[in-house]
Amino acid sequence: MSLESAESVGAPVALNMTMSRKEARARANRRRRLLVFATRVLLLVAFLATWEILARTETIDPFNFSMPSKVWDQIVQWTLHGTPQGSLGEQIGYTLYEALLGWIIGVTAGVALGIVLGRVRFLADVLGPYVKVLNAMPRIVLAPIFLIWFGLGVPSKVASAVVLVFFPVFFNAFQGAREVDRNLVANARILGASNRRVTLQVVIPSATSWIFTSLHVSFGFALIGAIVGEYLGAAKGIGLLVAASQGTFNTAGVYAAMVILAVVALLTEGLLTFAEKRLFRWKPGAPGER
Amino acid sequence: MNSGDVRDNPPGGTPAIELRGASKAFRTPSGAWHTAVRDLDLTVGRGEFVAVVGPTGCGKSTTLTLVSGLEEPTEGEVLVGGEPVTGIRPEVGFVFQQDAVFPWRTVLSNVMAGPRFRGVSKAEARERARDWLARVGLAAFADRYPHQLSGGQRKRVALAQTFVNDPAILLMDEPFSALDVQTRALMSDELLELWGGSRAGGGTAASVVFVTHDLEEAIALADKVVVMTAGPATVKRVFPIDLPRPRQVESVRLEPRFIEIYREIWSSLGEEVRITRERGASRVA
Repeated sequence: MSLESAESVGAPVALNMTMSRKEARARANRRRRLLVFATRVLLLVAFLATWEILARTETIDPFNFSMPSKVWDQIVQWTLHGTPQGSLGEQIGYTLYEALLGWIIGVTAGVALGIVLGRVRFLADVLGPYVKVLNAMPRIVLAPIFLIWFGLGVPSKVASAVVLVFFPVFFNAFQGAREVDRNLVANARILGASNRRVTLQVVIPSATSWIFTSLHVSFGFALIGAIVGEYLGAAKGIGLLVAASQGTFNTAGVYAAMVILAVVALLTEGLLTFAEKRLFRWKPGAPGER
Repeated sequence: MNSGDVRDNPPGGTPAIELRGASKAFRTPSGAWHTAVRDLDLTVGRGEFVAVVGPTGCGKSTTLTLVSGLEEPTEGEVLVGGEPVTGIRPEVGFVFQQDAVFPWRTVLSNVMAGPRFRGVSKAEARERARDWLARVGLAAFADRYPHQLSGGQRKRVALAQTFVNDPAILLMDEPFSALDVQTRALMSDELLELWGGSRAGGGTAASVVFVTHDLEEAIALADKVVVMTAGPATVKRVFPIDLPRPRQVESVRLEPRFIEIYREIWSSLGEEVRITRERGASRVA
């Protein structure tokens, strides 16, 4: 109101006021974010400190439960002097390699089969029950069998990663292909698209958001597959570190391997999110974004 | 192609679209049969603009899917250019009620889709698409994605996407029903303009079947208004509209002749609307 009635003198004042209000809001926002971050850090510190104190005062058994400082020492020692199985980088590299390879194979197979079954009704009807049975099975029990089939090397870990990754990706791709907007398909067909074109240029693009949801989860599954495989028997890898630490009653070693795994998983997750953002430029941003 | 021959030398004026005793029944999820369209007879002449009105949910849209070749009639015949419809025909364009532009493609790429699907080279498709984008006033938005446009702009993309294929048969399924009243009037005017100019390069204008539940829109646009019965739909009566062209949708509806026609058609349509309403009420009760 005052903005309109104000003449040359009043206008700058009003402008200043809106500016300062905007600034105040920005400041409040920043303060809130800082508070959230600080509380977060505090929580972690409190947790680690409690653990450390309880272990040092021997309220909990330090041999069984270890303590943060020992875990840290273990990580430093592995980083600087290598693990009993070779350098730490090599172990991480092996695990990542197995997980990535299993993930790529599982995703490729899952997406391809999901789209095909989503488009070809006949195949979906024939294979449906088998897929359901395989999915109902806890697939991690296949890891020992893969160990027998493929030996202690990389292939057995890749295989267990593949079976874990395949199903969630497959189901999402299948669902995505099934739930394509019928209007879009009808429009494409009227515009002159052949069946192949409809699959490639309508079904697959609309299924990508479904598929991507599963990609996030499934990379975690690939890591689980690789680690469990290594834990059961391997020559290299983080899973082997866990197994070896456990075998020598080195609790800190088990925790240290866990921490390393968490970091690796978070980094790869970040990469995926980045790729997703690039790929989904056509999507309206979530409220609050952009 | 045969259809092309027919268009070049029309043998005694074969109608563009003809439905003879066409019926369409669907199987509902519960397993029962639902008849959407029953014993439908309808003729659309070349370059004629036909509006189809009827009560909500009576089966108007089904008529369009039969003509387009997306669905086949359970009984009767559907002819386009004198030939029975067996699949999707290249000379047919379809503007859908809901948004059917591809959200992952830019505006330009959306309009290019039709020509590209039909094997036109990329360069030519782009050129034609740019031309049509300019005609619908979206030249500046070529690189945007559909979600960045307003509802009216998205509808313009859909129109360009359809017109770029140069359709001889244009099917429109309540294309403007999702728009606000003002945008709607504007779009109607633009549609008449595009329709008049679409075949200016020679030949007649496209033959249009425009489905709507808005009688005003139907009268303002069409040469002929077809009133459907309450579902299962069949033709109740056909009213010729003798308003002169070119028309301005906003001003034509104030003319005395328009109001006269409106009253006449409403006396026929209103009855069907009432029947549908009563059915709905009894179903709720």
